[in-house]
This record gives sequence, structure tokens and C-alpha cells, in this order.
Amino acid sequence: MIYLSFNKIIIIIIIILCKIFYSIRRRNRQKRVENNIQHPLSPADAPPLPISESADADAAAASSTTITTMFRQASRLLARSINQQPKMMARAFSTDVPATPTVDSTFVESWKKVIPNMEPPKTPLTFMQPRPSTPSTIPSKLTVNFVLPYASELSSKEVDMVIVPATTGQMGVLPGHVPTIAELKPGVLSVHEGNDVTKYFLSSGFAFIHANSVADIIAIEAVPIDQIDQSLVQKGLAEFTQKLSTATTDLEKAEAQIGVDVHSALNSALTG
Amino acid sequence: MAMAALRREGRRFAAPLISSQPMTAIRSSLIAEEQTPLGLRSISTQVVRNRMKSVKNIQKITKAMKMVAASKLRAIQTGAENSRGLWQPFTALLGDVPSVDVKKNVIVTISSDKGLCGGINSTSVKISKAIHKLTAGPEKETKYVILGEKAKAQLIRDSRKDIELSITELQKNPLNYTQVSVLADDILKNVEYDALRIVFNKFHSVVSFIPTMSTVLSPEVVEKEAESGGKLGELDSYEIEGGETKGEILQNLAEFQFSCVLFNAILENACSEQGARMSAMDSSSRNAGEMLDRLTLTYNRTRQASITTELIEIISGASALEG
Repeated sequence: MIYLSFNKIIIIIIIILCKIFYSIRRRNRQKRVENNIQHPLSPADAPPLPISESADADAAAASSTTITTMFRQASRLLARSINQQPKMMARAFSTDVPATPTVDSTFVESWKKVIPNMEPPKTPLTFMQPRPSTPSTIPSKLTVNFVLPYASELSSKEVDMVIVPATTGQMGVLPGHVPTIAELKPGVLSVHEGNDVTKYFLSSGFAFIHANSVADIIAIEAVPIDQIDQSLVQKGLAEFTQKLSTATTDLEKAEAQIGVDVHSALNSALTG
Repeated sequence: MAMAALRREGRRFAAPLISSQPMTAIRSSLIAEEQTPLGLRSISTQVVRNRMKSVKNIQKITKAMKMVAASKLRAIQTGAENSRGLWQPFTALLGDVPSVDVKKNVIVTISSDKGLCGGINSTSVKISKAIHKLTAGPEKETKYVILGEKAKAQLIRDSRKDIELSITELQKNPLNYTQVSVLADDILKNVEYDALRIVFNKFHSVVSFIPTMSTVLSPEVVEKEAESGGKLGELDSYEIEGGETKGEILQNLAEFQFSCVLFNAILENACSEQGARMSAMDSSSRNAGEMLDRLTLTYNRTRQASITTELIEIISGASALEG
């Protein structure tokens, strides 16, 4: 069995997910554009629609040949679509230095001893948003930070419960959960607040649950479930199952296996 | 004629003289006299004019470079700010222990590929060298991994044997997580480390960049620190979900942490680079403007002097004829 490092696995998952999300985003964008533009001549609308369908298929095929352009466009589209929620940080300058910077004194002292003339570099502790301390009683709400490389999807949101797709299965997290480090597999994250449930499909990542009822969920890609296209999922699943059966080297087998896992998770996300 | 004699005397004395006048003024008065077909002698403004043209071009170019840097900064800045939430959960879980004492340190220095961006690359290199000195000791080794041309050029001069890996042309394609993830994977595969120290310039505002050092510990060191108590002591209280052993999860966690922290660091450094380039080009165009003002004054002085000389020659010639 081949050993794939964690980062390598994540990369393969992202490549697979990008293929689906790229064409979805493209279609959503075109639909939105067509809705916004009011054409006086309606026959003009009819030809663009079938062309865009084939263009998407072509785009999906073409994009799979050049991985870098796909990453670029996928990341851009993903960033654009995810940044629809109003963001906390609207200021242009000096965004995240908290009011009371904390410094690691042992480091500063040892620095000053060896290099007295230069200022020591700052460490992440200085820029950290302070975390609440562990309360003695179980709080009523869970504070969730859900971050992606391109955005902070949820930051310090108070919710009742989240269900994370850990590698050992779906794990529900309530306030007062025992501190846990959970590795995530591709699956559905559902955030329950009162009666609303928001579901996202995550690529893999990590989830930390701290003693002070703060949950940090770090994933690489996340998409709301209603934006996933069923037909593309089925197509991908069929393609990867076929690749798995024809794979020769260990690496190909591992990649195909990951593809099958991701697509079946997507499938169950859509149906379940 | 008296003027010409004075000029000739000036030429003899001006060479060893250190005058308070700007160089351009001396040069223009020492200019070789143009030989016009009628035998008239006049001071040439050609050299000053050439200098003015080149300085004006420089001003235009640096102004354009500032605009380009400003637009690039706008593009990357949102990305960098959005990625700031990425490293905070790791620091909340594992804490930040820059003063950890380990045998193998690897310093990852992030710098730019292109120049003309002020002093940020020199700052990063200075801090990297200082960290190298700080973490040196018996039975300890510190190596460099360099991202970017500029740091490589500076570090290769005196620490060539300590450079483990150097990577350039990071910003050829727009930065995204997958590319950085591949990079992180490469680094982790080829380098043995107990602690990785990432040195970069954090983007605080358009005019201020804070040199920062992030520390990522290898899983073995994390376990050791957790056992010995201290900042990581609470790590044992965390339950591990998934994976077979705690060691496996910690391994994945360390790799993930490195790629997330590296992603944020590269984005912040890119922002700092564009901001520094903006301010460098801005001060450069301002300097070019001032130089142009000084040259214009010299030009006018030279022009007026040549007109006066002509007039004097004509008038003295005319008065000589009259008698």
C-alpha cells in the first residue's frame, strides 16, 4: 500500500472536487448573468442556453488537461461565490492586531541576549484574537469558527449544534463537548441554529473542539449542498469506479480510490 | 572675451575644487563650446536637456510601476485578509512556542522574486540570519529553505552550505492553496526537521510591514512538549477521533498546519511586497520630480548665460565698430 501524505490526499480531493464545482459555478454565473440582462429580443436568449451547456462540458474537459488554469479559475470562482455573506473585516488597513498584544517573553529575552541590536520578529501570539477561557458551567451555545483558505465562512457564530463528518463517522458536537481533535473526511457539515440547518459539503480537513465550547473547523473547500449537480456526481462516480478497476500502479489505485470515496460521499450528501 | 577667460580659469580650478554647487551646474559651465559655422561661441544646453529627458522618463516609469503595484495589491489584499483565519485555530490548539529548544531547526524564508520593493527582503534575510545565530549551538543544526530569488541571492553568499532547498517563481500563477500545498509537501518530504520557523513580512497596512516568525513543530516534538507540560500540556486532554494512533493524527496535523501557515505567510508577504514597491516607486517619482526641478533651474541659468554672452559679444563688437 502506498503512503500518501496528508497534504497529498487533500490535493487529490481538491482536484476532483474542482472539476465538479468549476462547471457548476460557471453555469450559475451564466444563469445569473442571463437573468440580470434584460434582452429586448427574446430569440437571442434561446441560442446562448444550449451553447453554454456544451461550453461547460468542453470547459470541463479542457480544464482537466491544464490543472493550473483550472485551479486559478476554480479558486477565483469559489472565492467569488463564497464571499456573498457580509464580511466582518471591512477596514482596509490594520485589520487584525488585537487591543492587547501578547508576547512570548522567553523568546524576546533569549533574542535580546544574542542579537541586542535588532528588534525580535513578532510571533503569531501577537496577532491572535483572544479566545474565551473555560467557563465553569456548560454554556448554552457553541461558538463555531469555520475557516477555509479563501474565506472565513463562519467566525465566532453562536449555534446550538454542529455535525461534522469525522473519519470515524458523523459526529455531533454540542456545547460542553469533551475537547477533541478530529480528522475529517469528505462529507456534509451541518450547522444547526434554532430551527435552521445549513449544510455544506466539505473536502477533508480538521476539527478542533476546545474545552471552552469553541469549535474550529478547518476545511479546504466547502460548498452549500444545493449547489451540487447530481448528474455530474453520478458521472464522476462512474468514471472513478472504472478508473479503479483499470488502475495499475499503487498511486493510480490510491487516486482512483479517493475519487470513488469523494463521489460516493457527494452522492450520499445529495440523497441523505 | 572676459567671460571666456573666466570660463577657462574655472575649468582649471573646478577639477580639484569641491564646490557647494550641484554637479550639474559645474558640468554645464565646463561644457565644451559649440563650434558654430559663423565662429560664434555659445554654451550648449544639450547635456542638461538630455538629462532632463531621461529623468522625466524615469519619473513616468516609476509612476506607472506604482499604479501597477497598487492594483496588484488590491487584488491580493482581500485574499490575504480572508486567509487570516486559517492559522488561528492551530495556534489556539497548539499554542505558539518560538523559544522551543530543538536539535534540528529549519528556517523557511519567504521573499520576493522581483526587486525594487524597498527593504523587506533585506529585513527577512537579516531576521533569518539572526534566528540562525540564535538557534545555533552544540549538536544543533539549522538549515534554510528559501522561497524567492532575492533571499537566495543574499543568503547564498555566506550560508551556501546551509541552504537545503530553494524555490523561485512562486507568483507566476496567481496564488492558491493547492499550489502551496504541493510546495509544503515537497519541503516536508525533503527536509528533516524538529521545528520549522517561517519568516515573512506580515501585511499590517500599506506603509507598515511587520517581520514575523511562525513556528511549526514536528509531531515528535509536540508529543515531547505535551508530556513535559508547559504550553502544550493541555494537548493530552484532547480526545482523538479518527485514525489508528495519536501519532498518525499528529503527523497529519503537523503537515496540515504547515501548509495552512505557509499559505497565509506567502499571501501576506506578497501583499507586503506590493505595498513596499508602491512606496518605493512613490518616493522614487518624487525624487525624480525634485531632480527635474533642479535641472530646470540649471537649464534656464545656462540658457540665460548663453544669451547674455551672445548679447555681450554682439554689443561689444558693434561698439568696437563705431569707435
